[in-house]
Amino acid sequence: MVEQLDELYREVILDHFKSSAHAGTIPGAQIHQEGANPLCGDEVAFDLKLDGGHIQQVRFKGHGCAISQAASSMLAAQLEGKSLREAAALIEAMKGLMQGVEPAESIDLGDLEALAGVRKFPVRIKCAALSWNVVEQGLSEYSRQQTAHSTQKGQHPGS
Amino acid sequence: MSANAFDVKRIRADFPILHRRVHDKPLVYLDNAATTQKPRQVIDALVNYYSRYNANIHRGIHALAEEATAAYEAVREHTARFLHAPSSRSIVFTRNTTESINLFASAWGRAHLKSGDQILLSEMEHHSNLVPWQLLAKATGATLAFIKMADEGLLKLEELDRLLTPRTKLVAVTQMSNVLGTINPVQEMTRRAHERGALVLIDAAQSVPHLPVDVQQIGCDALAFSSHKMLGPTGVGVLYAREALLESMEPFLGGGEMITDVQLTSSTWNEIPWKFEAGTPNIADVIAFGEALTYLERIGMSAIQAHERELTTYAIQRLREVTGLTIYGPTRAAVERGGAVAFNLEGLHPHDVGTVLDAEGVAVRAGHHCAKPLMRRLGVVATVRASVYLYNTREEIDRLVEAIHAVQAFFSKPTHAKV
Repeated sequence: MVEQLDELYREVILDHFKSSAHAGTIPGAQIHQEGANPLCGDEVAFDLKLDGGHIQQVRFKGHGCAISQAASSMLAAQLEGKSLREAAALIEAMKGLMQGVEPAESIDLGDLEALAGVRKFPVRIKCAALSWNVVEQGLSEYSRQQTAHSTQKGQHPGS
Repeated sequence: MSANAFDVKRIRADFPILHRRVHDKPLVYLDNAATTQKPRQVIDALVNYYSRYNANIHRGIHALAEEATAAYEAVREHTARFLHAPSSRSIVFTRNTTESINLFASAWGRAHLKSGDQILLSEMEHHSNLVPWQLLAKATGATLAFIKMADEGLLKLEELDRLLTPRTKLVAVTQMSNVLGTINPVQEMTRRAHERGALVLIDAAQSVPHLPVDVQQIGCDALAFSSHKMLGPTGVGVLYAREALLESMEPFLGGGEMITDVQLTSSTWNEIPWKFEAGTPNIADVIAFGEALTYLERIGMSAIQAHERELTTYAIQRLREVTGLTIYGPTRAAVERGGAVAFNLEGLHPHDVGTVLDAEGVAVRAGHHCAKPLMRRLGVVATVRASVYLYNTREEIDRLVEAIHAVQAFFSKPTHAKV
């Protein structure tokens, strides 16, 4: 069991939990999304600063178990520099990983790969999944706003 | 009864599950406030019923049906004796405490509650003694008010006096908090509520399994608890209510068994308590619940309470020695409390603690314990909770404390972040 525990709480996960380089907020970020796991009380809020179609900077703020907070930190690190499309693919890959699906070779999980061990603790999967569920919601909210915005532009008075 | 007469080793021999290993370690089961383990007497009663006299009750004209009916109704009598209720007509079998409270809220509330009436609850209620009243308040226009508690987790009785008004129709309160272990003075609370004309319902899910409860002594109008938290099977709950009150209530569910006559557009109701038991009940589990009552009576509820008091005192003493550990609920020796002990470790989420304790073979609960308003009141999102029962030992408390040290060691081992 100790081996399995070590697999769940890999050193890299504990590193991210204890001190994250991506903890914080970004005033004026285009995407701000909050979420929580009501059953365990894990909470996390993500700020994503965009530059054109790319994610320039990501910060998160939250509290909860080591898995939820480490996953948020690792996801924040991995999202920086990605296009919105790449970010969506990364999230899909993480969802797949929790089901035991190996991600495509083109996708670099970075430290997130350490979360593969969570799969063996089914009750803890939702802890890890909180991070990407929140970011996914933020991305889709942003894209909906963008669509609405461009539609509005298209219906400019007089056109 | 002296502590020596309480033979834990002999009791443990009756519980097959206590001898299994978890993650290659002997199981230490400290999640008794969630559900308790079952002695072989209870398990045998289930097997015996299905092997020898399984039949539907109250209707068959054959030997099996008569035997099953007699056994089922005998448990009703037994439950009444266990609670010192005046009559078995006061005992309604349900699925669990939650259903018992919902039954009362719905059947009593629809008959007696009006807009502007008030229901008085406390800050420490389990969701099962909160949400049914929220639903009732929404349906009737009644309002809810809450007795506050002091920081030590004890209700303020002067709050009860202040909140009781002529509009207060019901006080619904837990006898023992499933989180804090607080034992509320329900007898005194009932006296004060009755003085002001309000009825009293007691959520006894955590008290009836652990201490002697006498409904006539308390004087309450209704009381609810579950079989599975007192050595019995899941799927059986009990609602005790005064006979006159049950008579005044509308049925809860409609269907077979709860009627005397049915026309196409109307029906007349069966007598109490059967008026509230629509459809085929949980016959097997009720019968096995009777064995759980017998088992508890043989040990003695006062002896069980004394054993748990000693264990809980020891647990609190040991837990207070742990650096960075906060206990929620009463810890002063002078305060009588139950065997549910909620705590947190500094800097660690209860789920991380629970996962590592599990790896050490120690089963506890980690979460909000279906008491989210209480969590907010305590200023936490969740806690760890260890809860004892008659089969737990001091050695198991030692195992818990050792495992907590293992948790702290596990999460404080040096990693790259510290470099």
